[in-house]
Amino acid sequence: MDKKIKGKSWKFGDDIDTDIILPGRYLVITDEDELAKHAMEGLDKKFPEKVEKGDIIIAGKNFGCGSSREHAPIALKGLGISVVVAESFARIFYRNAINVGLPLLESKNISKNITEGDELEIDINKGILKNLNSGKEFEVTGLPDFMLEILEKGGLINYLKENLADIKN
Amino acid sequence: MEMTMAEKILAKSSGKKEINAGEIVMANIDVAMTHDLTGPLSIESFEKIGVDKVWDPEKIVVLFDHQVPADSLEAAGNHIFMRKFVKEQKITNFYDVREGVCHQVLPEKGHVVPGEVIVGSDSHTCTHGALGAFSTGIGSTDMAMVFATGKLWFKVPETIKFHIEGTLEDHVYAKDVVLNIIGKIGADGATYKACEFSGEITHKMSVSERMVLCNMAIEMGGKTGLVEPDNKTISYLKNRTHKKYEIMKTDEDAKSLETMHVDVNNLEPQIACPHKVDNVKPISQVEGTPIDQVFLGSCTNGRFEDLKIAAEIIKDQQISNKVRMLVIPASREVYTKAMDEGLLRIFIDSGALICNPCCGPCLGGHVGLIGPGEVSLSTSNRNFLGRQGSTEGEVYLSSAAVAAVSAIYGEITDPRNK
Ligand code: SF4
Repeated sequence: MDKKIKGKSWKFGDDIDTDIILPGRYLVITDEDELAKHAMEGLDKKFPEKVEKGDIIIAGKNFGCGSSREHAPIALKGLGISVVVAESFARIFYRNAINVGLPLLESKNISKNITEGDELEIDINKGILKNLNSGKEFEVTGLPDFMLEILEKGGLINYLKENLADIKN
Repeated sequence: MEMTMAEKILAKSSGKKEINAGEIVMANIDVAMTHDLTGPLSIESFEKIGVDKVWDPEKIVVLFDHQVPADSLEAAGNHIFMRKFVKEQKITNFYDVREGVCHQVLPEKGHVVPGEVIVGSDSHTCTHGALGAFSTGIGSTDMAMVFATGKLWFKVPETIKFHIEGTLEDHVYAKDVVLNIIGKIGADGATYKACEFSGEITHKMSVSERMVLCNMAIEMGGKTGLVEPDNKTISYLKNRTHKKYEIMKTDEDAKSLETMHVDVNNLEPQIACPHKVDNVKPISQVEGTPIDQVFLGSCTNGRFEDLKIAAEIIKDQQISNKVRMLVIPASREVYTKAMDEGLLRIFIDSGALICNPCCGPCLGGHVGLIGPGEVSLSTSNRNFLGRQGSTEGEVYLSSAAVAAVSAIYGEITDPRNK
């Protein structure tokens, strides 16, 4: 995982639920690339065509509320979203995203300070998000070490492969 | 040390005497449930870990409920894939297409007992806290870890206790109470917290109604719902389970406990309006809204008690010509009981359709989807944009009583006025 992320921003509001991120009728799919084609379809059918690899999602509070479908973070990751920065996240989505290797960061009032399309630069170690268009900097809360380790391994599965014996005992 | 019920259960399952909210513990899992929708991904992830056998084939429950019978080739394929896994892994608790919705079937079949830790790859797994278990929804990769190790890490949650006070008027139910709470504290009002429901009313409620409260805990961001077990819990469990269990209760002065008093005197039936569950209004503000479909069912309000309330309202009446009404009993047990007591006959005579026990249109993936411009009144738990089909449709949520009377009039109708 890159500790420095640079990308263009896409903006969403509060309470973006998992039915918006990946509607229920696509849950029969498990392939990452196929799921990516339907990411954010609940709000914007064209979203997958518009996004470029490395782009960043900025959102309000309670991002990812709703179902436990891991298809939702997988779809965003499959699309090449490098990180989601929101004012807060729903609990199951948060775990799932880290587990599949999609970084999430929290930042208070971030929505108000970013205009869609702004170029952003994030330094995960320092916990700083810089809006390259406005020049302003914002604090982002880092991830607990345990989760950073999972992300660095590329997700929980790889982490487990290495630590299975320890966990079982 | 004074602890909450959630803390006590997690302490026991992680082999500790004391734990504090905020701490991360590795808990031993007592029951792990997966279904036809999130199961395939869980199995694929499990297979990637490189472990041959699941940790305990008797503690895993596999169940098909979201797309039953298979409604597409993809669903049929997923079912085949999962049946094969069940066979290979010798999983003993497997419920194929015939049993019903997971959160109803698990307690009915005795898999849920107080004091245990239950996980399910479904967000409404929090329902089982109605019997005093710590029960929570997880994703497929977390489930893969449970399959491989029987363990999962948890951040010990703080508890918010909703102390429900007052008396419910006629035609006002647990669903109205919990919608009212969600409307007050918001869709993220209890994020990461255990939501415990208490007070005299809660203990007067049937287990079925307690399940309604706990089911909706996730709609305020909660990690689990909980109700302190009592005699009703014990009599529900009788003849359903062989498991031994331990009843744990919250100490009043537990450190991480926050109490919210909820006064339900004079509470009107509540409606969650599109497109957010916390967009809750008293029925008087939305009465008269025309509807196209009524869905009576789901893991929230598809139990026998709900069907009975609805049938008593509908008896000898006709569903409005403007409305399609779908009745979907939450399980085979609910279905047969409704059949024996003549409820199904009442629904069919009134013009409603009855489907096999399943999730139905609840998540917009199976039968009974709504089209562009259509309005659904549903007894389920989510009204997100596009949840029951078209993103140009709208979903309102209500109790079974409101759903039934509204089906007769073709518009949102207050059961207290009819
Ligand atoms: S009835 Fe609805 S909420 Fe319940 S498990 Fe099925 S899809 Fe999920």
